Amino acid sequence: MTAENNVYRDGAPPQPGKFGRYLTKKKAAGAYMWHSMKQHKVLYLFMLPFALVFGMFVLAPVGISIFYSFTYFNVLEPARFIGFQNYLNLFLADDIFLIALRNTLILALVTGPIGYICAFLFAWFINELPRYVRAFVTLVFYAPTISGAAFLVWALIFTGDEMGYLNAMLIRFGILQEPRLWLTNPDFMMPVIIIVVLWMSLGAGFLAFIAGLSTIDETLYEAGLMDGVKNRWQELWYITLPNMQGMLMFGAVMAIMASFAVGQVTQDLAGFPSTDYAVHTVVNHLVDYGAIRFEMGYASAIATILFLAMIWTKVLVGKFIMRIGR
Amino acid sequence: METVIINKVRVEKPKKRKNSTRQVRRPNRSMSGDIFIIFILCLFGAFFAFPLVFAINHAFKPLNELFMFPPRLFVINPTTNNLQDLFILMSRSWVTFSRYIFNTVFITFTGTLGHLVVASMGAYAVSKYTFPGSKFFFNLVITTLMFSGFVTAIPNFLILARLGWIDTYFAVIIPAFAFPMGFFLMKQFIDTVPQSLIESAKIDGAGEWRIYARIVMPLVKPAWLTGMIFSVQALWNNPHANLIYTEQLKTLPFALQQIVGSPHTPNIARAGVGAAVTMVMMIVPITLFIIAQSNILRTMANSGIKE
Repeated sequence: MTAENNVYRDGAPPQPGKFGRYLTKKKAAGAYMWHSMKQHKVLYLFMLPFALVFGMFVLAPVGISIFYSFTYFNVLEPARFIGFQNYLNLFLADDIFLIALRNTLILALVTGPIGYICAFLFAWFINELPRYVRAFVTLVFYAPTISGAAFLVWALIFTGDEMGYLNAMLIRFGILQEPRLWLTNPDFMMPVIIIVVLWMSLGAGFLAFIAGLSTIDETLYEAGLMDGVKNRWQELWYITLPNMQGMLMFGAVMAIMASFAVGQVTQDLAGFPSTDYAVHTVVNHLVDYGAIRFEMGYASAIATILFLAMIWTKVLVGKFIMRIGR
Repeated sequence: METVIINKVRVEKPKKRKNSTRQVRRPNRSMSGDIFIIFILCLFGAFFAFPLVFAINHAFKPLNELFMFPPRLFVINPTTNNLQDLFILMSRSWVTFSRYIFNTVFITFTGTLGHLVVASMGAYAVSKYTFPGSKFFFNLVITTLMFSGFVTAIPNFLILARLGWIDTYFAVIIPAFAFPMGFFLMKQFIDTVPQSLIESAKIDGAGEWRIYARIVMPLVKPAWLTGMIFSVQALWNNPHANLIYTEQLKTLPFALQQIVGSPHTPNIARAGVGAAVTMVMMIVPITLFIIAQSNILRTMANSGIKE
């Protein structure tokens, strides 16, 4: 190793002998890999069915998005390569995209961390309850996530005239004098959407937290007690959190997915497009260009930006989580 | 006999732990903290339960209460008229009710079964062996956990169109096989099966397939159930209107959603039936979750991502 490093540091080209040695090393590694692959060929057969469908319906769409993002493609004509033009247009010429980007960032920055921390705190609180109550409370908190289109109930609650439940209630208590247009007035749309998204945000991460909390070794807590852990908050920081890093990471992945992909909720509650694009998200913009205008290249560029944002956020959050309790 | 013993070992371990948890109150718990926790849980529990309680109450309201002013949250004279109307309406639809049910059951059943078989086979290989590409593949799966269906909908449509599967059952069933979450949870759960078990089976002369089907699979039943629930939920909540447009091939959730109308053009004349539909749509996944809750939590206990 050191010999090779020296060669490069001197700036001289690698000696043929050394290069030869390097090549033999690579060849040996390759041969070993090939041998290992042959040895495990049954396992590749095991992997094959999933790898096939996974590649086709999960990986290929990502690849296709990246590829088409550099082209002009409207489905009817063959795709035409235009370099970074789509990206330039997105950031320099498309005001609505910038609005959508801002809205998505607001939604992700508000609902992501709050939803994530709430999911953990609720799971932690629930874990302090007796066992049978725990199952019931878990169900109450998780039900909004699994009940699918049930969020449309919020449309009834937030209806803009005095027939809307929230308006009627506020008027009856004398807080409001006249009904508010919760879902069509840009001043209120964003908070309303944030509430609904938070309501649905206790996803699989929440379940992972609940399950993870119950698997932490009881003796660790006893040892902590001996060592002078005074209250449950200290216990949380010094014992619980460091033992749950894996779950925290899983929960983070789920939270990132949910908070960046807000689109269905805004479309169904606030309309498409929403008033003044007040809650127009990147996913709405993507649907607009992909499914309505058929500018697939442009839509793909939007999707690619979303992928990059998600991956980047995941790396950042991962680094943060690894530091907890240290 | 052997599997029974193996099963016992697997099943007993978590049970013991469960019974001992939190039975003894730890001395460092303050009373005020307990009260605080219960207060917070009640407060937010009400927030999370409110729309669901609302939807259920709505479904049992007679017509005059649905349009009452000022609107009331709780029903005064509960009636089952809305549910009856729903059944009458469904029995009169031009595509028969039974056809929608058949479509739903067929798509959900084949999609879920295929997903579980395909994912568990792959997960077994990745979990129990290291071979060139296995780590890389698993990392890919973890990364794609983040990419939801909305973001990949457009290229997905292009692929399905190229395959000629648009407007067939395949357009929904086959992509459901590739659900990354099921693969991930299955792999994490198979990790808990002791390696020594597999080695001893190998010494006894079992091949890979036999080990997978006879030893590992019976031990990961909770993961199967969890994968099943998640997959059924995903298929139930996905009306896939743009992939299937022949009315006879559509599923029950889609047919039901049509009765409600869209939120911006609600079907006023059928407000009562719509409320009943909302309740039915909600109750199916919630019931499934109640049935499988303990198994799901046991599977999720292994969901940690190691960096």
